[in-house]
Amino acid sequence: MKTLNIIETAYRATLEEQDDPVIWIIHAMKGAGADHSIVLRANAVNYAVKAQGVPPLAFGARRQQQAPHLAEAVGGLTAKGVEVYVVSDDLTERGLQGEELIGGLKTIRKVELPALCGRYDQVWHW
Amino acid sequence: MKGKKTLTFLLMDAPFENARTTTALRLIDIAARRGYDINVFAYEGAVYLPFAAQKQHANAVHGHDVVQEDHPLPREWVEAVVLEAAKNGGRVDWVNCGLCVDERGAVDAVAGVRRGSPADFWKMATASDNTLVIATK
Repeated sequence: MKTLNIIETAYRATLEEQDDPVIWIIHAMKGAGADHSIVLRANAVNYAVKAQGVPPLAFGARRQQQAPHLAEAVGGLTAKGVEVYVVSDDLTERGLQGEELIGGLKTIRKVELPALCGRYDQVWHW
Repeated sequence: MKGKKTLTFLLMDAPFENARTTTALRLIDIAARRGYDINVFAYEGAVYLPFAAQKQHANAVHGHDVVQEDHPLPREWVEAVVLEAAKNGGRVDWVNCGLCVDERGAVDAVAGVRRGSPADFWKMATASDNTLVIATK
Protein backbone atom coordinates (compact mmCIF):
# COMPACT_ATOMS: atom_id res chain seq x y z
CA MET A 1 0.00 0.00 0.00
CA LYS A 2 1.34 3.43 -0.99
CA THR A 3 0.45 6.31 1.29
CA LEU A 4 0.80 10.02 0.69
CA ASN A 5 1.21 12.11 3.85
CA ILE A 6 0.31 15.76 3.46
CA ILE A 7 1.88 17.72 6.30
CA GLU A 8 0.38 21.17 6.79
CA THR A 9 0.76 21.96 10.48
CA ALA A 10 4.31 22.96 11.31
CA TYR A 11 6.34 22.87 14.51
CA ARG A 12 3.66 20.87 16.31
CA ALA A 13 5.10 19.89 19.72
CA THR A 14 8.58 19.87 18.25
CA LEU A 15 10.28 21.33 21.32
CA GLU A 16 8.62 18.96 23.76
CA GLU A 17 9.04 15.90 21.54
CA GLN A 18 12.47 16.88 20.21
CA ASP A 19 11.08 16.01 16.78
CA ASP A 20 7.98 16.56 14.68
CA PRO A 21 5.63 13.72 15.70
CA VAL A 22 4.46 13.18 12.11
CA ILE A 23 7.96 13.06 10.65
CA TRP A 24 8.83 10.75 13.54
CA ILE A 25 5.97 8.32 12.99
CA ILE A 26 6.75 8.19 9.26
CA HIS A 27 10.34 7.27 10.12
CA ALA A 28 9.03 4.56 12.46
CA MET A 29 6.57 3.15 9.92
CA LYS A 30 9.20 3.25 7.19
CA GLY A 31 11.32 1.10 9.46
CA ALA A 32 8.41 -1.35 9.64
CA GLY A 33 8.28 -1.61 5.84
CA ALA A 34 5.75 1.09 4.98
CA ASP A 35 5.76 2.79 1.58
CA HIS A 36 5.31 6.48 2.29
CA SER A 37 5.64 9.75 0.42
CA ILE A 38 5.31 13.23 1.89
CA VAL A 39 4.04 16.60 0.74
CA LEU A 40 5.18 19.60 2.77
CA ARG A 41 2.70 22.43 2.35
CA ALA A 42 1.73 25.71 4.02
CA ASN A 43 4.03 26.54 6.96
CA ALA A 44 5.49 23.02 6.91
CA VAL A 45 7.54 23.94 3.83
CA ASN A 46 9.88 25.56 6.34
CA TYR A 47 10.94 22.08 7.45
CA ALA A 48 13.05 21.96 4.28
CA VAL A 49 15.08 25.07 5.11
CA LYS A 50 18.72 24.23 5.80
CA ALA A 51 19.58 27.25 7.92
CA GLN A 52 17.01 26.73 10.66
CA GLY A 53 18.25 25.96 14.14
CA VAL A 54 16.77 25.51 17.57
CA PRO A 55 18.68 26.46 20.69
CA PRO A 56 18.12 23.91 23.43
CA LEU A 57 15.19 24.81 25.64
CA ALA A 58 15.96 25.54 29.27
CA PHE A 59 13.66 26.24 32.19
CA GLY A 60 15.48 26.87 35.43
CA ALA A 61 18.36 24.44 35.68
CA ARG A 62 16.75 21.81 33.44
CA ARG A 63 18.29 22.12 30.00
CA GLN A 64 17.22 20.19 26.92
CA GLN A 65 20.01 18.02 25.48
CA GLN A 66 18.47 16.87 22.18
CA ALA A 67 16.82 19.85 20.50
CA PRO A 68 14.96 19.02 17.27
CA HIS A 69 16.73 19.13 13.90
CA LEU A 70 13.84 19.18 11.47
CA ALA A 71 15.66 19.68 8.17
CA GLU A 72 17.92 16.77 9.08
CA ALA A 73 14.89 14.65 10.03
CA VAL A 74 13.31 15.32 6.62
CA GLY A 75 16.64 14.68 4.91
CA GLY A 76 16.82 11.37 6.75
CA LEU A 77 13.58 10.32 5.11
CA THR A 78 14.79 11.12 1.60
CA ALA A 79 17.93 9.12 2.39
CA LYS A 80 15.65 6.15 3.18
CA GLY A 81 13.94 6.46 -0.19
CA VAL A 82 10.88 8.42 0.91
CA GLU A 83 9.77 10.88 -1.79
CA VAL A 84 9.38 14.33 -0.26
CA TYR A 85 7.51 16.97 -2.25
CA VAL A 86 7.42 20.67 -1.35
CA VAL A 87 4.64 22.90 -2.66
CA SER A 88 6.35 25.58 -4.73
CA ASP A 89 3.50 28.10 -4.35
CA ASP A 90 3.94 27.95 -0.57
CA LEU A 91 7.70 28.43 -0.87
CA THR A 92 7.16 31.50 -3.05
CA GLU A 93 4.60 33.00 -0.67
CA ARG A 94 7.19 32.77 2.11
CA GLY A 95 10.08 34.12 0.04
CA LEU A 96 11.98 30.85 0.16
CA GLN A 97 14.37 29.98 -2.67
CA GLY A 98 15.51 26.57 -3.84
CA GLU A 99 19.11 27.08 -2.76
CA GLU A 100 17.93 27.55 0.83
CA LEU A 101 16.49 24.04 0.95
CA ILE A 102 18.02 20.69 1.72
CA GLY A 103 18.75 18.45 -1.26
CA GLY A 104 16.75 15.49 -2.49
CA LEU A 105 13.36 17.21 -2.51
CA LYS A 106 10.87 17.49 -5.37
CA THR A 107 8.83 20.63 -5.89
CA ILE A 108 5.21 20.47 -6.94
CA ARG A 109 2.62 23.13 -7.75
CA LYS A 110 -0.75 23.23 -5.97
CA VAL A 111 -2.57 22.51 -9.21
CA GLU A 112 -0.61 19.27 -9.55
CA LEU A 113 -1.65 17.93 -6.12
CA PRO A 114 -4.91 16.21 -7.20
CA ALA A 115 -3.07 14.16 -9.80
CA LEU A 116 -0.40 13.27 -7.23
CA CYS A 117 -3.05 12.15 -4.72
CA GLY A 118 -4.50 9.88 -7.38
CA ARG A 119 -1.28 7.87 -7.50
CA TYR A 120 -1.66 6.65 -3.90
CA ASP A 121 -3.88 4.08 -2.19
CA GLN A 122 -4.44 6.31 0.84
CA VAL A 123 -3.88 10.00 1.52
CA TRP A 124 -3.41 11.14 5.11
CA HIS A 125 -3.67 14.84 5.96
CA TRP A 126 -1.71 15.85 9.03
CA MET B 1 -20.80 0.27 -0.15
CA LYS B 2 -21.48 -3.41 0.19
CA GLY B 3 -20.25 -5.86 2.82
CA LYS B 4 -18.50 -5.34 6.07
CA LYS B 5 -15.96 -2.56 6.08
CA THR B 6 -12.82 -2.11 8.08
CA LEU B 7 -11.88 1.46 8.95
CA THR B 8 -8.83 2.82 10.71
CA PHE B 9 -8.71 6.10 12.59
CA LEU B 10 -5.63 7.86 13.93
CA LEU B 11 -6.50 10.31 16.70
CA MET B 12 -4.00 12.76 18.09
CA ASP B 13 -5.77 15.29 20.33
CA ALA B 14 -6.10 15.08 24.08
CA PRO B 15 -9.67 14.93 25.44
CA PHE B 16 -11.68 17.93 26.62
CA GLU B 17 -9.83 20.42 24.40
CA ASN B 18 -11.43 20.69 20.98
CA ALA B 19 -14.24 19.49 18.75
CA ARG B 20 -12.05 17.19 16.66
CA THR B 21 -12.31 14.59 19.42
CA THR B 22 -16.09 14.79 19.33
CA THR B 23 -16.10 14.50 15.55
CA ALA B 24 -13.84 11.46 15.72
CA LEU B 25 -16.11 9.75 18.24
CA ARG B 26 -19.18 10.57 16.13
CA LEU B 27 -17.58 8.88 13.12
CA ILE B 28 -16.45 5.87 15.17
CA ASP B 29 -19.93 5.57 16.66
CA ILE B 30 -21.56 5.55 13.21
CA ALA B 31 -19.15 2.85 12.07
CA ALA B 32 -19.87 0.86 15.25
CA ARG B 33 -23.62 1.09 14.67
CA ARG B 34 -23.07 -0.29 11.17
CA GLY B 35 -21.15 -3.24 12.59
CA TYR B 36 -17.89 -2.31 10.93
CA ASP B 37 -14.53 -3.47 12.15
CA ILE B 38 -12.83 -0.39 13.55
CA ASN B 39 -9.19 0.22 14.37
CA VAL B 40 -8.13 3.20 16.41
CA PHE B 41 -4.52 4.25 16.88
CA ALA B 42 -4.32 6.82 19.65
CA TYR B 43 -1.22 8.95 19.16
CA GLU B 44 0.22 11.65 21.41
CA GLY B 45 -2.42 13.23 23.70
CA ALA B 46 -5.17 10.95 22.40
CA VAL B 47 -3.84 8.18 24.65
CA TYR B 48 -5.69 10.01 27.42
CA LEU B 49 -9.07 9.31 25.77
CA PRO B 50 -9.38 5.87 27.44
CA PHE B 51 -7.46 6.89 30.60
CA ALA B 52 -9.06 4.94 33.44
CA ALA B 53 -8.54 7.57 36.15
CA GLN B 54 -10.89 10.14 34.57
CA LYS B 55 -13.45 11.24 37.17
CA GLN B 56 -16.69 13.15 37.11
CA HIS B 57 -16.93 16.44 38.99
CA ALA B 58 -19.57 18.80 40.28
CA ASN B 59 -20.11 22.07 38.44
CA ALA B 60 -20.79 25.11 40.64
CA VAL B 61 -21.31 27.37 37.62
CA HIS B 62 -24.13 25.10 36.49
CA GLY B 63 -25.40 24.76 40.08
CA HIS B 64 -25.06 20.98 39.81
CA ASP B 65 -23.58 18.45 42.19
CA VAL B 66 -21.61 15.57 40.72
CA VAL B 67 -24.69 13.40 40.20
CA GLN B 68 -26.75 16.16 38.61
CA GLU B 69 -23.91 17.23 36.33
CA ASP B 70 -23.33 13.62 35.23
CA HIS B 71 -20.28 14.76 33.30
CA PRO B 72 -19.57 12.42 30.38
CA LEU B 73 -16.06 11.04 30.28
CA PRO B 74 -14.17 10.02 27.15
CA ARG B 75 -13.19 6.69 28.74
CA GLU B 76 -16.91 5.87 29.04
CA TRP B 77 -17.46 6.74 25.39
CA VAL B 78 -14.51 4.56 24.37
CA GLU B 79 -16.06 1.68 26.30
CA ALA B 80 -19.46 2.47 24.79
CA VAL B 81 -18.29 2.33 21.17
CA VAL B 82 -16.47 -0.94 21.88
CA LEU B 83 -19.74 -2.40 23.19
CA GLU B 84 -21.78 -0.87 20.36
CA ALA B 85 -19.54 -2.40 17.71
CA ALA B 86 -19.70 -5.81 19.37
CA LYS B 87 -23.48 -5.60 19.65
CA ASN B 88 -23.70 -5.04 15.90
CA GLY B 89 -21.27 -7.76 14.89
CA GLY B 90 -18.19 -5.58 14.59
CA ARG B 91 -15.27 -4.83 16.84
CA VAL B 92 -13.06 -1.99 17.98
CA ASP B 93 -9.32 -2.60 18.25
CA TRP B 94 -8.05 0.41 20.20
CA VAL B 95 -4.27 0.73 20.34
CA ASN B 96 -2.55 3.34 22.48
CA CYS B 97 0.90 4.44 21.27
CA GLY B 98 3.16 2.98 23.94
CA LEU B 99 5.81 5.69 23.95
CA CYS B 100 3.08 8.35 24.13
CA VAL B 101 1.61 6.53 27.15
CA ASP B 102 4.98 6.37 28.87
CA GLU B 103 5.84 10.05 28.46
CA ARG B 104 2.45 11.02 29.88
CA GLY B 105 2.12 8.38 32.58
CA ALA B 106 -1.21 7.40 31.03
CA VAL B 107 -0.70 3.71 31.71
CA ASP B 108 -4.08 2.80 33.15
CA ALA B 109 -6.61 2.47 30.37
CA VAL B 110 -10.11 1.00 30.30
CA ALA B 111 -10.55 -2.65 29.36
CA GLY B 112 -10.10 -3.48 25.70
CA VAL B 113 -7.33 -0.95 25.07
CA ARG B 114 -3.93 -2.35 24.21
CA ARG B 115 -0.45 -0.91 23.87
CA GLY B 116 1.23 -0.72 20.48
CA SER B 117 3.60 1.08 18.13
CA PRO B 118 3.56 2.90 14.77
CA ALA B 119 4.03 -0.50 13.14
CA ASP B 120 0.60 -1.48 14.48
CA PHE B 121 -0.90 1.62 12.89
CA TRP B 122 0.68 0.72 9.58
CA LYS B 123 -0.66 -2.85 9.77
CA MET B 124 -4.12 -1.58 10.65
CA ALA B 125 -4.15 0.87 7.75
CA THR B 126 -2.89 -1.72 5.31
CA ALA B 127 -5.71 -4.10 6.28
CA SER B 128 -8.42 -1.42 6.09
CA ASP B 129 -10.74 -0.15 3.39
CA ASN B 130 -9.66 3.33 4.32
CA THR B 131 -7.90 5.37 6.99
CA LEU B 132 -8.72 8.75 8.45
CA VAL B 133 -6.06 10.77 10.24
CA ILE B 134 -7.50 13.39 12.61
CA ALA B 135 -4.38 15.23 13.63
CA THR B 136 -3.73 18.00 16.12
CA LYS B 137 -3.63 21.39 14.38
